Amino acid sequence: MKETLLSLKNVSKAFDGKTVLDSLDLDILDGEFITLLGPSGCGKTTLLRLIAGFEQPDIGSVILSGHDITHAAPEHRPLNTVFQNYALFPHMSVYDNVAYGLKMEKRPKDEIRQRVDEVLAMVQLQEFASRKPHQLSGGQQQRVAIARAVVKRPQLLLLDEPLSALDYKLRRTMQAELKRLQRELGITFVFVTHDQEEALSMSDRVVVLKDGEVQQLGTPREIYERPANLFTARFVGEANLFPGYLASVDESAITLDILSLRRTLQKPTFAVRKGEQVNVLLRPEDIRVLAPEDEQGLAGKIVERNYKGSTLDSVIHLEDGTEVLASEFFDEDDPAFDYRLGEAVRVSWVDGWEWLLPVELEPVNEEAEGLATDA
Amino acid sequence: MSRWLPKTYLTLVYVLLYLPILVLVVFSFNNSRTGYRWGGLSLQWYESLFNNHAMVQAMWNSLWLALSAATVSTIIGALTALALHRYRFRGKRMLRGMLFVVMMSPEIVLAISLLALFLLVGLQLGFVSLLLAHVTFCLPFVVITVMARLSGFDESLPEAARDLGASDFTMTRTVLIPVIMPALLAGWLLGFTLSLDDVVVSTFVSGPSYEILPLRIYSMVRVGLKPEVNALGTLLLIFSLTMLMLSQWILTRSKR
Amino acid sequence: MHRVLQQPFKTAVLVLVWGWLLLLVLIPNLLVVGASVMTRDPGTFLSLPLNLDSYRQLFDPLYLDVFLNSLYMAGMTTFFCLLIGYPFAWALSGLGKQRQTLLIFLLIVPFWTNSLVRTYALKLLLATNGLINNALMAVGLIDEPLKMLYTEGAVIIGLVYLLLPFMILPLYSVFEDLRQELLMASHDLGAGKLSTFLHVTVPLTLPGVLAGVMLVLLPAMGLFFVADILGGARNLLVGNVIKNQFLDARDWPFGAAASILLTVAMAVLLFAHRLSQRRLGEEAQT
Repeated sequence: MKETLLSLKNVSKAFDGKTVLDSLDLDILDGEFITLLGPSGCGKTTLLRLIAGFEQPDIGSVILSGHDITHAAPEHRPLNTVFQNYALFPHMSVYDNVAYGLKMEKRPKDEIRQRVDEVLAMVQLQEFASRKPHQLSGGQQQRVAIARAVVKRPQLLLLDEPLSALDYKLRRTMQAELKRLQRELGITFVFVTHDQEEALSMSDRVVVLKDGEVQQLGTPREIYERPANLFTARFVGEANLFPGYLASVDESAITLDILSLRRTLQKPTFAVRKGEQVNVLLRPEDIRVLAPEDEQGLAGKIVERNYKGSTLDSVIHLEDGTEVLASEFFDEDDPAFDYRLGEAVRVSWVDGWEWLLPVELEPVNEEAEGLATDA
Repeated sequence: MSRWLPKTYLTLVYVLLYLPILVLVVFSFNNSRTGYRWGGLSLQWYESLFNNHAMVQAMWNSLWLALSAATVSTIIGALTALALHRYRFRGKRMLRGMLFVVMMSPEIVLAISLLALFLLVGLQLGFVSLLLAHVTFCLPFVVITVMARLSGFDESLPEAARDLGASDFTMTRTVLIPVIMPALLAGWLLGFTLSLDDVVVSTFVSGPSYEILPLRIYSMVRVGLKPEVNALGTLLLIFSLTMLMLSQWILTRSKR
Repeated sequence: MHRVLQQPFKTAVLVLVWGWLLLLVLIPNLLVVGASVMTRDPGTFLSLPLNLDSYRQLFDPLYLDVFLNSLYMAGMTTFFCLLIGYPFAWALSGLGKQRQTLLIFLLIVPFWTNSLVRTYALKLLLATNGLINNALMAVGLIDEPLKMLYTEGAVIIGLVYLLLPFMILPLYSVFEDLRQELLMASHDLGAGKLSTFLHVTVPLTLPGVLAGVMLVLLPAMGLFFVADILGGARNLLVGNVIKNQFLDARDWPFGAAASILLTVAMAVLLFAHRLSQRRLGEEAQT
């Protein structure tokens, strides 16, 4: 069991009367790669700035290894930040940028030189030490920003959407690079992003935030496969949400009517009663598209087909008007695989892969994906 | 502390900046002869100002000169800015550099060089020499103002116009000129004010045939105090303020 | 030739602009250079032979004194403008956008007001029986009026008063461009307020400082009317010397040489400014 490195206790913050963080509690474990994920305006950047010390909470406290640092100035916190646009000092060379933090600690010259060289080697920028930031590419600037922060050996590294300015390919490379660095250094990473794919692929744990409140905290797998609520289910990945009616409930199992199919499932963690309605979450890759003559599943027809390289994504309209997203792995040898637009098919899914969520009252303006229940 | 200290400081500087102007305005209504003591309200200095025939003549001369200089420099400056913005040509960097140097060089250097030129070619010092000089020092300011406007506008507009069949000249007239209109007005007002305010260059290139206001004021304030100057200064202040507000209004309105 | 005919508009504009600049900037300046190496002539202003006497005359103790004193006053003017302007621009850039616009407007209002009139207004305040002396005597701080007008100090005050906006505007623009993120990064890396100011704020605002110095220092040597109105006969600027040589003493070669002195000073400052900008990577694209 890892120890808690930093905890936020009952933290609230408002700007001009508008609540950005609302009584938030969060424990960050030593050595983990944790990601704050959420749409813009969810409070993730504010949370990061609170930890870094650029903002102070209105109420609540920030505890780092047992010390209350709620009101400590940024320069007195043993943690460092990689800024969104890197914030490299334009008048200093790469070397001077990286050495800046150590000079502020008044380290001896030899030590500074040694440590800067070491960290520049780690990010493969030794030959660029004497360049100015504007002479570097975006990816290189990004590495300098990381080097500058980790050279101080912080207990915690905060990364504020550090990859958002890079193009897709470079982004993928830097994601791998960051993972490698985190493993090598053993430093706790707190990573902020609005890109769910990035969050899932990089993190040990993900914090899903919305309107200043934690929606869910868990491993990427938990978040994706067992979302705590509708918001998380929809925000992370694509989702089919079907209404399910409880036909019977007993000790450990329930019977559920999902779109005219009857299934028997394990009882969910939340309380259910016979006759009630629940949301059934099925990811597009859980869906199977079958030939029209197949006996299982529900009849429908293909209305969209998108070739995605490794997968083939379809939108299928069922006879009752329900829209279903399906994502299948491409199999060239399967002759039945290639359906045309408008072609009749049947739709089923892998038994037991359903994930149940309670029905929530939703704000009317929120656009429903798949088919949400009428609340 | 960190909140009110900057504000207090800013306020203090503004007070110092405006104090002399305020004093000037207040004393323009002073009824006292000595100039330093308050002797009650009066409009006598305004009266004596308008009764001063030479002064009124100088005022008209200055106004006419500023109008002409602003107009000529706006036309040439706008054309220059357009050329710099749109065309590639040899010596472009040099042209820019030269305009920059004209703007930065001390007025007095420009003044004596023009004086040397006018005397060499035998030009009578008067309206023409003043106009040429004023246009020259206003020019870079107009170019800068118009360039700033041009740099903020969509590059594809001229191309779209050409694509739709407009000739180079027609495109300039129908697309570019309307776009830079606010900058033209702002540049014109700037040129007008610079011309009206100029002492240094005018001292060198004006002759007795054409006396302008700044030189008239200069000769009055060199020695002692002349209360008429308070009245004149107040009028000029109101005039400049109106012009400035006009130009700000034009610029902000065009941003919408 | 073919291309010229294709673009008559472009050709016409370029001929007009180049013509104007050659005729009214380049040639006149060459004339000044020429005049500086000729000999003084009471009748025709200038005559042969060519010589460097006028430059030698610049180092005549009499004039050298005036120049050094003018440089001193210009230096003090620049120093005070920077001293007042730097915190001013800093404080200004920290305010809300709307208030900034208003305050900048208020800053340039005086700039649009006749500078002679403003210089004259200072006289009302500084004179022996002027407002400041009257006020100080009224509250009993002094018994005798202070001599403020017709001193070196009065000239410096006048120059600061006229030139302050020219220092503030370029400073304001660099403070505007100074990204808050960089200051935050500095704090994040362990630097306190003072270290951040010295290592980040100062170097990044240096081009603005140099631009401001350039816009203040040169005019502060040339604005002869300020010295005339506030400084009396003894506190002369380089501008006064040039003016006297051209309009009164009729020693053109010497006046021309003095003016070239100013041009050289400008060239040095322009060079320093470019250098500082290049160090920052010419408006670093980020």
